[in-house]
Amino acid sequence: MFYREAGDFKTSYRADSQTFPIRLDRMGYFAALIVAYAVVPFFIDDYWANAVFVPFLIYAIAAIGLNILVGYAGQVSLGTGGFMAVGAYAVYKLMTTFPEVPFFFHVILAGGVTAFVGVLFGLPSLRIKGFYLAVATLAAQFFLVWLFNKVPWFYNYSASGQITAPDRTMFGIYITGAQTSAVAKYLFCLVILTLVALMARNLTRGTVGRKWMAIRDMDIAAEIIGVNPLSAKVTAFAVSSFFIGIAGALLFSVYLGAAEVGESFGINKSFLVLFMVIIGGLGSIFGSFAGAAFLVLLPVFLKNVLVGALGWPTDVAAHLELMIVGALIVIFLIVEPHGLAQLWRIAKEKLRLWPFPH
Amino acid sequence: MKDMVEGYTTPDGRQIGGVLMELKNITLRFGGVVAIKDISFDIREGEIRAIIGPNGAGKSSMLNVISGFYVPTEGEVWFHGQKRPAMRPYQVARLGIARTFQNIALFDGMSVLDNIMTGRLTLMKSGLLSQAMWWGSAAAEENEHREKVEKIIDFLEIQNIRKTPVGRLPYGLKKRVELARALAAEPKILLLDEPMAGMNVEEKEDMCRFILDVNDEFGTTTVLIEHDMGVVMDLSDRVVVMDYGRKIGDGPPDEVRNNQDVIDAYLGVAHD
Repeated sequence: MFYREAGDFKTSYRADSQTFPIRLDRMGYFAALIVAYAVVPFFIDDYWANAVFVPFLIYAIAAIGLNILVGYAGQVSLGTGGFMAVGAYAVYKLMTTFPEVPFFFHVILAGGVTAFVGVLFGLPSLRIKGFYLAVATLAAQFFLVWLFNKVPWFYNYSASGQITAPDRTMFGIYITGAQTSAVAKYLFCLVILTLVALMARNLTRGTVGRKWMAIRDMDIAAEIIGVNPLSAKVTAFAVSSFFIGIAGALLFSVYLGAAEVGESFGINKSFLVLFMVIIGGLGSIFGSFAGAAFLVLLPVFLKNVLVGALGWPTDVAAHLELMIVGALIVIFLIVEPHGLAQLWRIAKEKLRLWPFPH
Repeated sequence: MKDMVEGYTTPDGRQIGGVLMELKNITLRFGGVVAIKDISFDIREGEIRAIIGPNGAGKSSMLNVISGFYVPTEGEVWFHGQKRPAMRPYQVARLGIARTFQNIALFDGMSVLDNIMTGRLTLMKSGLLSQAMWWGSAAAEENEHREKVEKIIDFLEIQNIRKTPVGRLPYGLKKRVELARALAAEPKILLLDEPMAGMNVEEKEDMCRFILDVNDEFGTTTVLIEHDMGVVMDLSDRVVVMDYGRKIGDGPPDEVRNNQDVIDAYLGVAHD
């Protein structure tokens, strides 16, 4: 009753193909943007930035990247952690080699480097599919982590084998390093996430997105109607790795500040982002946000409840947290395999009719 | 009645043009199995060409050769008076050959509109970056092609299911959407693999009407495989009859109907 498209007529194809065709959705979108840009920055403190907002923004970027590959193009990947590491080490090398170049460009370039590496590891996808491709990308994951551990050039021969983000500023405000304020971290990641989400949405609603989905739904038919499978798969790997690389670069430079490849970008990270995509909803940009929010917020929420409210010991809470997150993932997959995005769609469908049953 | 260069006029008065595609001595082998054996025929501009034959005669293989899905073991495909080199299917599609499948090959996760828009992929040119920004050319191109697609949607009377995911549609409508996707490519040759298989009488009649209308309206050259003899005899201008991978008849429906080999193949005479 409140949520409906009645009276919302489209008179041009441009209006019909916009991102949010329903007026209420559009209002919700602008409201979210206003809150994110104009309200949150005034209330954010170090705890909220580090525990919730910054990881959410960064993982949302990674989830959008992986969703393009898995959800839109149908190519399974377990190499996300490795590709994030490429972004992190690329941005580290760029920051230390070209300190005079603005940091923003370092992040974008790091994405570009990752896109190139992603294409290299994506080439086998022309021949192999499904589980076998997953195993091939798993090999990429382990190879990349091994590479960044073994070759000292990547970590500038530092004694610890770690990479540490040097201080960098934009418009005189610290973005990386110890002096960075919570607001600066938050806003920098938010701007990049906004750009990434818009680009992902534009790509997926246009020709490229249709090519990806055609390959996903039926690759033989896609080829018969004129989709070059090699170029479609390679662009999917490139765009996906570009976003994942940016996420890796931000995770290292803005969020962690210092990183060791096996610990920060191991196979766990690959699974974490994959869970976000699956729980959020394959083939949905909104789902990527929802999945990232769910898996970032859930542990924080559980910790606050178990340790904060119930007063349990921290170690017990930590173990319980793992069990609860695991159980929730399984329940989710059984109850709603299409993820939070599908739940959202169903809820909207119900709202359209409410209070009538049909 | 027929003239090899000038074309011919059909009994109902349509003018058929010169040779658009010529298949010369096509043989297709899979190991020891000979699917197609030394078949030659031509397809003329603007005609409806049917390929008929009993099950396993090699009709679908023939269509797959034309659409580039199979590369013939021997023989040549001539298109627009030029020999077509060995190509991948997507390259053949870009030459202007579109097809539908016997057992529907739509993209189930996408809406009807998106499915039909994929038909125009070969005609859309905007690059990755301009699409990512949705500036200028990409958006303009999208709308321009949307307009063309809407015309086809109107033509095939599927306006009301535009935004429905294809997976939810009944069989008959899926067939129609698949035809729409093939038409969206503005093909020079439209290949239809059993467009009426599994349909009831009314759906068949609708589909016949669409095929004739398409031919009439856009002058699209159509090659179709069909089992329903009534349909084939009504629709097609010329018929190729295949049996056991060989061509046993070729000509206008009336001529083919009275061909002794064809009668034998359909009624079942012991093969030697």
